Amino acid sequence: MTEPEAKTGEIRAAAAPPVTAPPEPVSAEQVKSVLEAGVPGCQVELVVNGNPSAQHSLRIDPAHARASAEFLRSHSELKLDYCSNVTGVDWPVAGSPATPGNPGYLEAVYHLYSMEKKLGPVIVRMRTGNRTDDVQLPSLTPVWRSAEFQEREIFDLYGIVFVGHPDLRRLLMWEGFVDHPMRKDYVPPPEDDPMPQFHGKPPAAPAQSANPGTGEKG
Amino acid sequence: MASTITPGASLQDQRADQTAAGLAETVRELGGEAGGRLLEISMGPHHPSTHGVFRMNVLLDGERVMRLKPVFGYLHRNHEQIGEKTSYLGSIPYTDRLDYLCSMTNNWAYALTVEKLTGLVPPERAEYIRVITAELTRLQNHASLVGFLLQDMGASGTPLMYAFREREKILDLFESLSGSRMMCNYMRFGGVRVDLPPGWAEQARQVLDAFPRFLGEFEKLLTQNEILVARTQGVGILSPQLAVNAGVTGPMLRASGVNYDLRKVDRYGIYDRFSFRVPLGEHGDVFDRYMMRILEMHESVKILDQALRALPEGPIMDPKARLRGLRPKAGEAYGRIEAPKGELGFYLISDGSPIPYRYRVRPPSLINLTVLEDMCLGRSVADVVVILGSIDIVLGEVDR
Repeated sequence: MTEPEAKTGEIRAAAAPPVTAPPEPVSAEQVKSVLEAGVPGCQVELVVNGNPSAQHSLRIDPAHARASAEFLRSHSELKLDYCSNVTGVDWPVAGSPATPGNPGYLEAVYHLYSMEKKLGPVIVRMRTGNRTDDVQLPSLTPVWRSAEFQEREIFDLYGIVFVGHPDLRRLLMWEGFVDHPMRKDYVPPPEDDPMPQFHGKPPAAPAQSANPGTGEKG
Repeated sequence: MASTITPGASLQDQRADQTAAGLAETVRELGGEAGGRLLEISMGPHHPSTHGVFRMNVLLDGERVMRLKPVFGYLHRNHEQIGEKTSYLGSIPYTDRLDYLCSMTNNWAYALTVEKLTGLVPPERAEYIRVITAELTRLQNHASLVGFLLQDMGASGTPLMYAFREREKILDLFESLSGSRMMCNYMRFGGVRVDLPPGWAEQARQVLDAFPRFLGEFEKLLTQNEILVARTQGVGILSPQLAVNAGVTGPMLRASGVNYDLRKVDRYGIYDRFSFRVPLGEHGDVFDRYMMRILEMHESVKILDQALRALPEGPIMDPKARLRGLRPKAGEAYGRIEAPKGELGFYLISDGSPIPYRYRVRPPSLINLTVLEDMCLGRSVADVVVILGSIDIVLGEVDR
C-alpha cells in the first residue's frame, strides 16, 4: 500500500461511525466500511453468524489481505495490534452438495483485538482457491508475529501455504510426514496402529526364536 | 543467501536463514568468524529444565546463544481432531489434559465458549464457584511455577517443596469437590457438575487464611535472595512492543508493563464484582515475571476472600442446559479467559450436529514461546534455562 492511499483511507475512516467500546464488541459492519474506504480495491464480504454468539466475521480477498492487515493494525481508531488466534478450517464440500465439480476450500481465520483500545474481536477470514493445488494465502506473520507458530501449525495440519512466512516448516508433525492430519478426509495409515489385532485373525505362529522379545533383531 | 546474526538484535531482521541449508551456511559463515568455536547442540527433549518433552536447537559460540529454534510435537496427539470426533460434553475431560496443572481454567474456557455458542447462562452460584476454583487454580499454578523456576536456578528442593506443600492443600480441595486432584472435569456448559460438598467453603477459607502467611514466608526466602536477584534481574528482557506484536499474554505480558488482563478487559463471568488490582512490571525481565506471579497470588487471595464471603445459595446449572446430545445452532464462537498462563481461547464451529465441526484451542504456552529466541540471543545457556522457566509452559498445551 502506498503512502497517499493510506492517508486518504484514514481521513475517510474518520467520517465513519465511531467504534463503540467494550463490553459491546466492535461491529463487523463498521470495520467493513472502514476497511473498504481505507484499502482501495479490497473486497470485503460480511459473513453473518446466525448463532447466539453473534460473532460476525469479514472475508477479505487474499490479494489485499496484507495491506488490509497493516491498515487495521495502524488504524487510529481500531489499532488492532494484537492477533490472538489464527486457525485453519477445512471445507471439503463448501456448503453445497459434494459433487465432483466442487473442489471445496481451506480457510484461515484470524481473531484480532486491540490491546491499546481494548476492542475486539474482529474476525478476518481468507479462502484458498481449492484444497489441492491452489492453497496459497498471504502470510500475516510480518504484520503480527503471534501468527508465526500458528500459521506453521496450519501449514502442518491443513496444508495452507503461507506466502511470505519467514520460516514455514511443520510445527507438530515430524519432518518427512506427507499428509495434513486435520483435513476432514484424512485417513491415518494402517501402520499407524502398532497394536496387534487378535480378533478375527488366527494368533500369530510362535516365533522361531525361543525368546519372542528378540524377534525383531533376529 | 548471505546472513549474519547479531546477538540480541531483533529476530525479524534475521529471518533469511531459517531453512536447513541456510542454517548450514550460517554455521559455516559464523564458524569462520568465530574461529571454529560454534557448536550446535540439541537441548532436550529430556533436559530437566524443559518441564516435559520440549527441545531447542541451540547454536552456541562458547556459552553464548547465537540461535535458538524450538522443536515441538513430542506430546502431540491431535487434541483438536479428537475434539472434532467427540460430542460437546465429551471434550470437557480432554480439556483437563491441555494444561494439566490448571484443569479448572481449561474447563472454564471451553464451557464459556460453548455458552457463547448456545446462549446458556450459568446461575449465580455456579459463577461464584467458577471464580473460586479458577483463582485457587491460579494460586497453585503460580506457586508451583515459582518453585520450578527456582529449581531451574539451582535452588534444589526447598522452594519447590514449600510451593508443593501449599498446592497439596488446594489439590485436596479439588479432590473433595470433583473427585480428582488434577483432572477435575468439573465445569459444564451452563454451570458446574456438582455442588460444593458440606463444609467445603469453610475448608477453602482455612486454606485461604493460611496462604498469605505462606506467601510472606516464600517472599522472605526468595525475593531478596542475592542469587535469585543476580540470576534474574536484567535477564531475558522483553519489550512491550514485541510482547504485544508477538501475542504474548498473561503475567509475561504484564511483566513487560502492558495493562491487559482479560478479567478486567472482557469482564467474563462475574469478575466485575470483585475489587482487585492488576500488577504491572517495569523492566520485562525474569525478575519482573517472578514478582508478577507473587503479586498476582496476593490479588487472587483478595478475589477469593470476596467470593467466599458473597457465595450465594441456589442452583448450579442453567435449567435449559442439555449436556448430552447438545446441538448448537450452526455458527461459530470464540471464547477466551485469563488462564494462569495467559489467554486461553477456544474456537468452535457448529454445523448443527452434536459434534463440533471445528474445535480449536488457542494455547497461551505455545504462543508465549514465540519470543523465546528473541529473549535468549546473546545470553548464556544457564540464562536460557531461567528464561524458559519464567515463560511458564506446560507441554500438554504446547503440543496438544
